[in-house]
Amino acid sequence: MPLLEIKNLQIEFGAGVRAVRAVDGVSLSLEAGKTLCLVGESGSGKSITALSIAKLVPSPPARYVGGEILLEGLDVLKMSSSELRDVRGGLVSYVFQEPGASLNPVFRVGAQIKESLQYHRPEAANDTEVIRLLKLVGISAPESRMRNYPHEMSGGMQQRVMIAMALASQPKLLVADEPTTALDVTIQAQIIELLSDLRLKLGMAVLFITHNLGILGDLADNVAVMYAGQIVERGTMREVLQRPIHPYTRSLIQSVPALDIEVERLTAIPGTVPLSGAFPSGCRFHPRCPIAQPACSSRMPDLADVPNGRAVRCPFWDSSGNARTTSRKA
Amino acid sequence: MLFRLSSRLFWSAVTLLGTAVLTFLLVNAVPGDVARVIAGPKASADVIKAIHTKFHLDEPIWKRLGYHLNDLAHGDLGQSFVTEQPVAEAILTRLPTTAAVSALAIVMWMLLAVPLGVLTAKYSGSWFDRIVLVLSTLSLSLPAFWLARMLQYSLSYKLGWFPVAGFRGFSHLLLPAATLALLTVGYYARLVHSNMTEVLNSPYIRAARAKGASETAVLFKHGLRNAMIPVITVLGMDVAGLLGGVLFVENVFALPGIGTLAVQSVFNLDVPVIMGTVMFSAVIVVGANLVVDVLYRWIDPRIKSAA
Repeated sequence: MPLLEIKNLQIEFGAGVRAVRAVDGVSLSLEAGKTLCLVGESGSGKSITALSIAKLVPSPPARYVGGEILLEGLDVLKMSSSELRDVRGGLVSYVFQEPGASLNPVFRVGAQIKESLQYHRPEAANDTEVIRLLKLVGISAPESRMRNYPHEMSGGMQQRVMIAMALASQPKLLVADEPTTALDVTIQAQIIELLSDLRLKLGMAVLFITHNLGILGDLADNVAVMYAGQIVERGTMREVLQRPIHPYTRSLIQSVPALDIEVERLTAIPGTVPLSGAFPSGCRFHPRCPIAQPACSSRMPDLADVPNGRAVRCPFWDSSGNARTTSRKA
Repeated sequence: MLFRLSSRLFWSAVTLLGTAVLTFLLVNAVPGDVARVIAGPKASADVIKAIHTKFHLDEPIWKRLGYHLNDLAHGDLGQSFVTEQPVAEAILTRLPTTAAVSALAIVMWMLLAVPLGVLTAKYSGSWFDRIVLVLSTLSLSLPAFWLARMLQYSLSYKLGWFPVAGFRGFSHLLLPAATLALLTVGYYARLVHSNMTEVLNSPYIRAARAKGASETAVLFKHGLRNAMIPVITVLGMDVAGLLGGVLFVENVFALPGIGTLAVQSVFNLDVPVIMGTVMFSAVIVVGANLVVDVLYRWIDPRIKSAA
């Protein structure tokens, strides 16, 4: 039994005919101790998918229309609020995009970590454990740092505190929602390395949400690419990075600038991600797709299994042999 | 921090000096001979002259202002023209009543407004939120003297739930304080509501939920403390506005407080008492602002390092 299994998840915002389906039939699974990377542009539904794992998308305005989210076999969407509280920050912990805004400005960071301990490991809710956690995430002088307020720390250090807070409960799954987007490039690398170390040291599974495929390198075991609320490609990280088969993934990888080639202009995918509610008919990527066929605008393709344990939502993936194979790491 | 505090103290002193000069000039602009007020309409010219000499009434205004400020600087508020009681003593004996009514009113409206604001923010757009909005608007729009009279008539006189007027114990404070609270609770409920709505949309609230905090802890621990920062500021400033409301309420309910003292002194043209009560109010306002400034540092740790 996988640690996390999302089956055909559907989340809508709004009601009636104006309802907007932000997540449309997403299925994912993640084994204990493995790392899955969920990639997509802003508005692709990746963060909402990630938040829904602990039912954190506020409802209303959101509505969980269909599907299941199984954590160790139990459906999160059917849990009572007290069961949810045990799951949140317990079995599943979160690290968010903006550490500065995600820490409560009026409490000391030590107290905020201790709060997590009180909820999930009350017997360990003491200064010693807070110090141990801060050390674990590489904060020097944790004895004095724990008495800092969030605004007295740098962004990188704030994110380390967020990670320490997430680790307080010894979670089996860590969901990192674009944890490095708001940080400097050098700090990004440090945080990625820290997460990668901790994952091995603590044996937890990690769901990594990002819009930048290049940043992960070989941190992740598997990757799922999202576009306009749907998964368009799924496979092992190595396979997808080296041989992307969905036209969207290919464009996405091509738009990561390479260090070894000088270019005049950075490559970008033409057009923008369609707003949920204004999805085009048929394949949602067809207006921006370099290999679009007339049929693409009329029929929505299924996510079909292809060799090597991969899946792709494009019937023409094989016909595009001209695609350049890319091998790139951050 | 020390610099900031001393500069605050300096400007507080300037504010008080300005108030003193202004009240003095305003009171002196009122027509009528103060000596006539003191001695009565039938007093002889000699008596009037004696009074003029005693209170320096014939000297030029800038000189009299000098005497006045000099007295103030020595903590001397003068004596009532009417009762000859020292003004400071008159204020101090009435202070506990006013303070008790005000404090009780603040406690009442905060105890009502904070839960109402938090819950209407949580259940924004619900029928509950809308009803509270209507009631808040009503509370904001009612005039103090009208509400005080209405409550006095219906709850005290007709139903007999509260004493009608006067002051012989705690129960006499309940209805006056409730009147003040009802006039203010709507404003505070909306203020807490709007701050809380903003706070509830912030990432640290999502983060608090994500770590397994109960909804109560999310609202009242993580949310409220942040939402109260602007509320405390307004509360500090409102201690001033409260003195205005107290004036009406004390008079309607015949409470021996500073409000009744102020109104009486105006009717009697009792200049020292008028100036004394105004100065006292100014001290309260300035003091409340200082206290808020200090409280602020405690409630919002970010301010300490910014100062």
